[in-house]
Order: sequence, then C-alpha cells, then structure tokens
Amino acid sequence: MSATGIGAPVRRKEDQRFVTGQGRYVDDFNRPGQAYAYFLRSPHAHAAIRSIDVSQAKAMPGVLAVFTGDDLAADRIGGLICGWMIHSKDGTPMKAGPHPALAQGKVRYVGDHVAVVIAETLAQAKDAAEAIAVDYDVLPAVVDTAQATKASVQVHDVSPDNTVFNWHLGNKDETDAAFARAKHVTKIDLINNRLVPNPIEPRAALGEYDPGTDNYTLYTTSQNPHVARLVLSAFIGVAPEHKLRVIAPDVGGGFGSKIFIYAEETVCVWAAKKVKRPVKWTSDRSEAFLSDAHGRDHVTHAEMATDENGKIIGLKVHTIANLGAYLSTFSSSVPTYLYAPLLSGQYDIPAIYCEVDGVYTNTAPVDAYRGAGRPEATFVIERLVEKTARELGQDPAEFRRKNYITQFPHATPVIMTYDTGDYAASLDKALELADYRNFQARKQDSARRGKLRGIGFSSYIEACGIAPSQAVGSLGAGVGLWESAEVRVNPTGSVEVLTGSHSHGQGHETTFAQLVSDRLGIPIDQVSIVHGDTDKVQFGMGTYGSRSGAVGMSAIAKALDKVIAKGKKVAAHVLEASEGDVEFKDGRFGIAGTDRSLAFGEVALQAYIAHKFSGQELEPGLKEGAFYDPTNFTFPAGVHICEVEIDPETGVAKIERWTAVDDFGVIINPMIVEGQVHGGIAQGVGQALLEGAVYDQNGQLVTASFNDYCMPRAIDLPSFQVGMTVTPCPSNPLGIKGCGEAGAIAAPPAVINAITDALGHEDIAMPATPQAIWRAAQKARMPMAAE
Amino acid sequence: MYAFEYHRPASVKQAADLASQFEDSKFLAGGHTLLPTMKLRLAAPANLVDLGQIAELRGIERSGSTVTIGAMMKHAEVANSGDIRSSIPALAEMAELIGDPHVRNRGTIGGSIANNDPSADYPAACLALNATIVTDRRKIAADDFFQGIFSTALDEGELITRVAFQTPKQAAYAKFRNPASRYALVGVFVARHADGVRVAVTGAGSNGVFRVPEMEAALNLSFTPEALDGISVSTDAMNSDIHADAAYRAHLVGVMARRAVQAAASRS
Repeated sequence: MSATGIGAPVRRKEDQRFVTGQGRYVDDFNRPGQAYAYFLRSPHAHAAIRSIDVSQAKAMPGVLAVFTGDDLAADRIGGLICGWMIHSKDGTPMKAGPHPALAQGKVRYVGDHVAVVIAETLAQAKDAAEAIAVDYDVLPAVVDTAQATKASVQVHDVSPDNTVFNWHLGNKDETDAAFARAKHVTKIDLINNRLVPNPIEPRAALGEYDPGTDNYTLYTTSQNPHVARLVLSAFIGVAPEHKLRVIAPDVGGGFGSKIFIYAEETVCVWAAKKVKRPVKWTSDRSEAFLSDAHGRDHVTHAEMATDENGKIIGLKVHTIANLGAYLSTFSSSVPTYLYAPLLSGQYDIPAIYCEVDGVYTNTAPVDAYRGAGRPEATFVIERLVEKTARELGQDPAEFRRKNYITQFPHATPVIMTYDTGDYAASLDKALELADYRNFQARKQDSARRGKLRGIGFSSYIEACGIAPSQAVGSLGAGVGLWESAEVRVNPTGSVEVLTGSHSHGQGHETTFAQLVSDRLGIPIDQVSIVHGDTDKVQFGMGTYGSRSGAVGMSAIAKALDKVIAKGKKVAAHVLEASEGDVEFKDGRFGIAGTDRSLAFGEVALQAYIAHKFSGQELEPGLKEGAFYDPTNFTFPAGVHICEVEIDPETGVAKIERWTAVDDFGVIINPMIVEGQVHGGIAQGVGQALLEGAVYDQNGQLVTASFNDYCMPRAIDLPSFQVGMTVTPCPSNPLGIKGCGEAGAIAAPPAVINAITDALGHEDIAMPATPQAIWRAAQKARMPMAAE
Repeated sequence: MYAFEYHRPASVKQAADLASQFEDSKFLAGGHTLLPTMKLRLAAPANLVDLGQIAELRGIERSGSTVTIGAMMKHAEVANSGDIRSSIPALAEMAELIGDPHVRNRGTIGGSIANNDPSADYPAACLALNATIVTDRRKIAADDFFQGIFSTALDEGELITRVAFQTPKQAAYAKFRNPASRYALVGVFVARHADGVRVAVTGAGSNGVFRVPEMEAALNLSFTPEALDGISVSTDAMNSDIHADAAYRAHLVGVMARRAVQAAASRS
C-alpha cells in the first residue's frame, strides 16, 4: 500500500478549502443583475384556492414579477414527477396526483408553493408576498399515517381513499403455510418516526438565461445534477437538455434530500427567462423544515414464525407508508423496492410476505433519507428478532447466530441474492469489543446505583451500489443506475477525472484520487476530481444509496484500465517493442526482462506529441471514458451493539458504549469510512432518541425549528468502538460495498433493543425521549397491571 | 426582518430618552428572543435601542452579603466571575447551563429577566436568591417582579440597570434541559438563607416562574432531600407540550428539587 493509494488514511484534500471558509456553495454565486425569488407558501395544510390577487403585490417597490400556477400552465411548464412506477397487487399503476410547481386550485400541505415574487431584493420580495391576497377555502386535513385511508378527507382526486398503491412482495401462501406449522409466533407493532433531513446547507437555486445563445444555467444544491437536468428538460420542460447547464458546486450535505427535483429550482430557471434577469432563491431554515422532503414515516405490524428448534421459518409484514401530499422524485421506490427486499436481514428465512400501502396525507412529501427504506426494514427485522429471542428465552446474540445465512450466494425470498459475507465473524468481533461477557456485572453495578442498564443488538444488512440498470428497470425505475467516468491525462502527466458521482461531504476528491494514485502510480496531488457540472461531465447518475464507491469508482477503474492499455501502445512505439511485451507496474511502462522503461508522465507526453507513431497506427492523446453498470447490488453488513443506562427517575437514557463492526468490503480510506460510520450512527441515534417531525391534527408542523426538533449533539453520543471485517465484494472490480448509510441503518434498533432490554418490556416508540422512557419505566414497575 | 432604525446610546439616560422619544421602540440586550422574532417578521419594532455600549450597565460588585450584577453582563461573564464563583457558586453554575457558548457570550442577565421567558433560568435564580431588580426608576423585589409569562413589573420604557442577589448560606440549581432548545424543561433553584429556604421553579409552570411554599416549609425544618418526600406540585399549574406533559413536569419538579437540595446541602 502506497502512502496515498487504496487503503491509506489520506487526509481529505477538500478540507483545506472547507475549513478555511473557501468553499463555494450555491448561495456564494452571484450573477450580474441578479434578482431574488421569494415563495409565498400555504399556511394551511389543505385548502381550495378560490382566487389569488397579485395586483397590489406587483405594484410594490422593486418587484419585477409575481407568478402563480396559472403562469406556469400558460407556458406549458409541466408538473414535478415521480420517477419510479409502482404497481399495486391488482396490477393497476400507482395513483399519482398532479404536482404543479406552483399550486393550481388547491394547496395540500403547510409550505406548499402558492406564488413566487421576483424582486430586486429579498426584503422587497417578502414585502410583496405579504400583499398577495389569497382567498382560501380551508378544508379539513388528513395527517395521521395509520388513519389516512379511513379519513373523509381526499388529498387527490385520483385517489378517493388516499391510497397511492397497495403493493406486495414475497410469497403469501408459503408464508401462511410456515406460520401454520410454527411452534411460536412473535408479533410486534412499530412506528418508524418521520424525520426532517436538515443538512447544514439549506437548498438553493440560481437560474440564469442568456438570450444571445438561448442557453440556461442552473446553480443548484443537487446530489445529481444530470438527473436534475434530464427531469427539468424532458419532463418539466423548462429548457431543452442541450441548452441547460446544471452546476452543483460545493454542497453542504444532502442525506437524500438534495436528490429530488423541487419546485424552487424549476421556477428559478423558468422565471430567469421571464424577467430576463438571473433569479436566486436560498431556503431559510424555516422553509427547509416545511418543504424539504422528509424521511421514514411508517406504521408497521410484523410477525415472525419460529419452529421447535428456534429457527426462523416465516416473516409477515404489513406497512403503511406515508408519502405526504405529493409523490416526490423517488418516493414510491423507498417503502417498496428499497424496503421489502431487505426484510430477510442476515437471516435464512424461507418464507417472507410483505404488504405495503402507500398513502397520501396533508404533510410534506416523504422521500429517501439516509438509508431510504433500509433503516425501516432493519428496524422491523432487528426489533422482531430481538423480541423473538426474548420470548424464546434465548440469548439475542446466539439466536441471531443460529439463524444467520452462512452459504453464499444466497437467494432470499424477496428478490435479493446476497453475494458474500461472514456475519458470524462480525458478531464475534463485536461481542469481543463490546465486552459482552461482563455485561451482567455492569448491569448489576448500574442497579446498585438505581439505574437500569440494557444492551441491544443490530445485525443489519443493506443493499448498496445502486444499481443494475436492467434489474431496477424491471422493477419500475424510470432511469438506469450505472455511472460514468472520463479520465483525461494531460501532456505533463497530471490527471483529471470527470465523474458522474457528486460529492457533498463524502470526500470523493480524496478517495477517487487515491484510486488514480494507486492505479497509475502518480502522486495524489497530480490528480483532480471534477464533478457537479453538466458542461464538464458528460453524464452521470449522481450520489445516493452508497453508490459512489461501488459504482462511481468502478467506472473510473474501468476508464483507468483503458488509459493503461492505450499507454502500453504508446510505450511500445517509443520503446520500439511489441505491445505484448509492455508491462505497466509501479507507475512505469517497461519491457519485461529489461531495464528499459518509461514513467507514466513520459508516456503521456509521447501520446500528445505523437512523434514516435503515425496517426494511422495510433490516435494521439490519452483520454478514455467508461460507463459501468453493476451486475448486482452490494451488501454491506455488520453488527452494532448499544449499551444504555437509564435513569428511571428522569427517563434519561445515556448511551454508555457503542460497538460497530462493519463489513464494507475493500476500504479505500479507513479514516473517511470511520467518519461515515460515526456520522451515520449519530443520525441513527438521533432518530432513536431525539428526532421526530410532529404535525398537529390540522397539519401544522409543530417541530418547525430547532427549538422543538432535536438534532443529535456530541454530548448525546459516546466514543464509538469501530471495528471492521472484510469480505471483498465479488461483483465490482474494486471489491467495494459502500459505507455511507450503514450507521443510520444499524443504529435505531440497537438503541431501542437496549432500552427495551433495560426496561424489561417492549412498549416504547421512537424517539425514545426522556418523557417516553420515564413513562415506560413507570409501567415496568407496575406488577403486570395490564395483563 | 423589516427595516428599523438602530440606536446605540452611551448612557442609561440617553437610552431612556430614546425609549420615550420613540413610541415603537425596543431595547436590544442580547437579542436572543427579539432578533429571531424580528427575522421571522413576528415582531417589527421601528426603533431598536442597543444597550451594548453603556458602561454603567456593566460590572459585578460584592458588598457585604450582596452581589450586584450589571444588567448587560453576559451569561459567560457571570459563569466565569471569580466573585460570583466564590460567593454564590450556584449562580455561576446556573449561568453556565444557559444555552450554548454562542448564547452565553451574547445573552445578558438583564435581557433574560426583562423578557421573563417561562423557560429561562435567571428568573428562578432571582426568586430563590431574593434578588432586587434595580431599574432607572426604582428598586423592585423579585417576588413582585415576575408577573406571569413574558410579563414583568417593568413599566413602558423602564430599563433594568442592575440585579442585586442575596448571598445564601447554601444553594444549588438543578436543571432538566429541553433536549432540543436547551431551555429549562424544569429548573429548580434552592437557596438556604439565614432567614429561611427559598425554592423557585422555572420551565414547569404555565404562569411562569414560581416558588413552592410547601417545599420551603419542609426544608426550613430539615434541609435534606428526604424532607421533600411526599410533597408534590399540582399538575394543574404545569405547562404541557410535546416535550413534557403536565404530569412529567410535575414529577420532574420533585426530582430536580431533591437533587438541588442534595447538591446545596453538600456545599460547605
């Protein structure tokens, strides 16, 4: 391993600019003549719009224009789209209601876009927005996930009972048969709490139109600028694809919420042409709470069947998934194909049947949020496995071990074929690091101090490296999920890599450069990673689903192979040898068995000066591109163990120990991987203990600021014990599985399993706040009053 | 935020004059409530009178059994004051529990008391430490000052200049933080003075900060946590929100009171 190659803990190249305040985010861009957009948002969760009077607003100082949904419709601007078609059990397509960028006749959640003011200053735009007179006919709202289909309120005309789809996966008959012969059935009811993503940088968009060239430019906070361009051009129709440049510069965190194509960027591009001025919109935190797509929000009943030997023989799951008021870009895939295929967990379960009802409510749209479906699945399986072990009187670690999949490849009953893994190895290492054998002594020590100590496991698996295009196409995806890369070698031997992946915190400028350094044997500072600009990178599918390593870097590896192959041809000419005799090793092209060799940079120069070969024999230059389409998902897996101590007097649960042993396959940069694990756990602990988006019955967001929405802080977290096991992924050239979401997927059930272990009963929901735990602790003390 | 006129007086007199000159004015004394409210366009004073440059509103003095703190002293300055740490350590510890470092280096004691947020910490300290609120016009006993949530005895344009605390024999503050905001979900300040024990509760009450006479009576007989056994506050007077309902808040008042007494009693 070289100092900057694969496996080296290289310090992040990009941090120099980030920690010195030199990052360039969308709001840092200002264009000549720039005007500001302010969106008037609905104060009601559900209302018909009788009329909108913008005349007074248009006359306000500094106002360039006021637009409503009618103006978009007049210009034939289409609505926002959902790019994954889900079919119900009966074969009917999901019921997608219209999603105009500015409301047309109705608003459906608090924060819905009613009108936009474009003005010389933001303050003027806000002043004018206050002068817009909207005559609302306020309607009752439907908010509650579990009750959505029974409500008398109808969010969209296309769905009389607010059902988007009734979808299922697995084999019902086989699962029923397994339950019929089961020795024991464990049942559980779970709520997966709604979360607000809250990246540090709020969303922003800056649209610009050049009447001279008829070109449009959009600076936007996107995890996938090419997808944004495709959707904005081909579906929404604000600009032709070849005339629209989308730039996603430095982006301050996404967690999924910046995958989607929202109303604001649509309107900014369109309005820039209308007012003939660049138009900027930057979300404030209040707008972010209301209008960024939220995450999770499931209500689930699940049952697990075990036989007389304590082997799991069947799993039944019924989930109601709240999709909010509109179907966001990938919303329909999250509680379906990103959820149910993971319900087998790490376990050999012969029969699984899952039903998911997607529902509309008068709440913000719900879409992918770090983990996207897989945290929800892991919460179901890991809570249920833990409860089953308890009911059977078995050690939760050993119950898991007994049911682990040990033979690979393993086809689950829910689509996935796991390629490789060694789950027992991760469990053994985690038990050791967590000092599991002395847990009882620690529990007794806590008891002596009047405290309740519990331990909880999460033996999670996830599907990353999203995804084989043919496979996802057959499941309803509207796009392929390959990745592209282009490697441009300069005459001086330095290298630019253009990638379709997008870094918004992941550290690609470092890890991708490590791959190049490793393969070409050049120093890491000779490598630049270019991303986030559709005028530079030809195409790309972006970054989400822990795909940039497994898919994005595999594309780069493929292009690097082509560069080396071409370099051998050049070297053969220069060294006057036959191409077959040229080897590339340690950054040099050499002739086997001789001391004749050329450094990589010398070959690059020769490729460009082209003095040693004719253009008929070999094209000059050294630049290669590649598209990589994966053959399978990747399956990171591991074991997290959480140990909590509860103060029953106050209900405060303190996480005393956290052990994470993950198998991410081959690791490019262990320091960055550990950082991803730490951040993921923090987010998972946030979901388990602190975070929860709460709407009141009228559809007002109660947790609409950090005053009420509790983000995890350093003080809420222990020092993590992080360990790794490695089974290289066989389906991509680098052996990478992906690590970006694992912590957020693994953590919630580990925390809740620890808390329920401490309490001695299962009755606690997320977020397990001090109030909730105090109340649950009261219940634990009562001698079976409810029985 | 709407446009407003910004004034920066150099003396209390100038500040008072500005306040009387402009009907629609607000004092800026840290701004942790006022500025976010203005940014959200929920408040729109036409004139903002910044008290940050007035030297006479600063300083900490010890005199006999009294510690007097200038109204514009920041929470961090109170927390780090050697005079306060040695005379009323519970007060310094309380100041250290306010918000986060940003808040503590901007927010002021006068601003906090004048605002009388029902979840602020200082009102509990004022009641328990039998403070006197000194204004540009008069002196007001803490017992008379706090008059329900966001409501005080201050008249229009009246300016707090100093707060004088009575040094107790023993005192402690036990705070249970709102997990999100870090305000007090329940905060109990217990102080044992020569003339009796005072117990003040913030965060919990639906009418703001309050004293608990039953607890004070019991602690006058025996200054021990056990003396509070069996004493509870009524849930009727408790706040209720998504973070804590009335029953949980009432319970926490008991827990925090016992912990405060425990801590106070262990001080020499």
